[in-house]
Amino acid sequence: MTRLQSAFAKPHAAFVAFITAGDGDTAANLDALVAGGADVIELGMPFTDPMADGPAIQSANLRSLGAGTTTADVLQIATDFRARHPDIPLILMGYANPMIRRGPEWFAQSASDAGVDGVICVDIPPEEDQALGPALRAKGIAPIRLATPTTDAARLPHVLDGSGGFLYYVSVAGITGKQQAATAAIEEAVGKLKAATDLPVAVGFGVRTPEQAAAIAAHADGVVVGSALVELCGEFGKDAPAKLQELTSAMVSAIKAAKV
Amino acid sequence: MNDTPPNSFKNQPDDRGHFGEFGGRYVAETLMPLILDLEREYRAAQADPAFAAQFDDLLEHYVGRPSPLYFAERLTEELRKDAAPGHGAQIWFKRDELNHTGAHKINNCIGQILLAMRMGKTRIIAETGAGQHGVATATVCARFGLPCVIYMGAEDVKRQSPNVFRMKLLGAEVVPVTSGGATLKDAMNEGLRDWVANVHDTFYIIGTAAGPHPYPEMVRDFQSVIGTEARAQMLTRAGRQPDLLIACIGGGSNALGLFHPFLDDADVKMLGVEAAGHGLDGDDHAASLLGGAPGVLHGNKTYLLQDEDGQITEGHSISAGLDYPGIGPEHAWLKESGRVEYTAVTDDEALEGFQLLCRTEGIIPALEPSHALAAVAKRAPMMREDEIICMNLCGRGDKDIFTVAEKLGVEI
Repeated sequence: MTRLQSAFAKPHAAFVAFITAGDGDTAANLDALVAGGADVIELGMPFTDPMADGPAIQSANLRSLGAGTTTADVLQIATDFRARHPDIPLILMGYANPMIRRGPEWFAQSASDAGVDGVICVDIPPEEDQALGPALRAKGIAPIRLATPTTDAARLPHVLDGSGGFLYYVSVAGITGKQQAATAAIEEAVGKLKAATDLPVAVGFGVRTPEQAAAIAAHADGVVVGSALVELCGEFGKDAPAKLQELTSAMVSAIKAAKV
Repeated sequence: MNDTPPNSFKNQPDDRGHFGEFGGRYVAETLMPLILDLEREYRAAQADPAFAAQFDDLLEHYVGRPSPLYFAERLTEELRKDAAPGHGAQIWFKRDELNHTGAHKINNCIGQILLAMRMGKTRIIAETGAGQHGVATATVCARFGLPCVIYMGAEDVKRQSPNVFRMKLLGAEVVPVTSGGATLKDAMNEGLRDWVANVHDTFYIIGTAAGPHPYPEMVRDFQSVIGTEARAQMLTRAGRQPDLLIACIGGGSNALGLFHPFLDDADVKMLGVEAAGHGLDGDDHAASLLGGAPGVLHGNKTYLLQDEDGQITEGHSISAGLDYPGIGPEHAWLKESGRVEYTAVTDDEALEGFQLLCRTEGIIPALEPSHALAAVAKRAPMMREDEIICMNLCGRGDKDIFTVAEKLGVEI
């Protein structure tokens, strides 16, 4: 089994934790997420123009770039994480331009060398897969795609074709960190997605509390939390690790207790 | 649906919205179904004579088309003074600055709002830099009674206060964008964020021939009225087609509008003029083609101002309408194919072009086409007297008098 498959084979839904690389002491923050029980780490690659993100993650991107974070730094953070945590799956999430700047093959090779398991590229839909997908698949890196409330049944097979790792269900039509969809709507959407694919389905966007995480965990294979964690990085700076571990532990406990 | 020959320059984009390696649909999944829907609706509108009839009617009676084609006699004579004997091309202007709202932007806004209503959308959003596209969008929204939200970088709100007031008079809500560098690209990011959250009822009127497919093609088509008219007018007035077309380029919609109908006229050369700001040797310019590199931003692959890591850098130009760090993907393709030549002129050269036109022709141009004027002033003396330059005078300069006064050290 791959690291991602193992993470989704546990008796409870996987907790997928997102923070932005280079926003504070990223190594310490990542270790705190792992200590708190995160099953999958999603590491954001900072970009000047994060079009799909709300204010929390926009600010994290600007803080990171303002601190001088480069693509080389992000890859080094991934490499070091892999050395410290050989079994925790690590995903890079970001936008197309920084990923393809030196060519998709360069990026896929570098990510592979850094021990990255999957890549989520927000602005490469299936229609533009050739821009990055073939290079990732050639290196055994899972191209993780997004499905949204606007992805209808006719379109879903295109989204699934060539995707890997897990399917990321964006529960609201909107940007990160805003309101959450009703649990009933999520349950229905996840049911349809799971009927169409063998890939695990993780749900994100707007998940802020352990209660919300537990409600999603009752139906989905994974719960993604980003903005709530990123806000802690922004608010507490070098003191963020303790806060990150605390929130992660609470989320993971709630997920484990969730009734499936 | 193309009836052009296979080797035509008018065959782009392909059915996936690609102009060669450029263009495409690089958007988040939430927007993808909407983009596909927009394309279907646009194809249906193209095939519907009633859509074209309504578009043409509004352009004639509301916008004031056709815009005149004007022979700039005194400017031509002025530029012949320093030319070699027998040199100094005739300079003609396509006068899109005489359109309602003072620029070419309205052509596209009319087309897009008709499409929005056809699709049953009830809310309009747009981004604006200098404010011209914002004003044009607010204008058509007032005309058709649709609510309108304009995203504008907070810096631009300060620099372009007369246009902000115009938009408000027209009933639009102007939202200052403070994220990032608080300029046009950040306004576009915010427009996309709004759209992604309101896809069910909202239509995004993009102001230039950029963004995800089908926008670059659609905006080009709506703006092509400029070149289609110019072709017919040139034939009537001069008995032949021009030797050189010149237009300024920010995102590139006015240039494509003029160029596109001429692309297969092998004898017609074309020159696109980017903003060189303080000079191409530094970072303070907005010349994406001459000083940038291919990348992906705002839904399309094109030339971008960016660093070695693919982070987008801020453009600079005296003209707020040109300081966008990208360019329409069709220009990227036209550059690589060699069909169109691209150059750049500095802030100072544009300012000279601005004053030259004021003095010689009694026309106050916008700072955007002042860049094209600077290029005209360089090229005309190198061409023969019997040769013809047709330049798109795409905007008038009322909005820019404060910027120009400040640059010239005049208090008003």
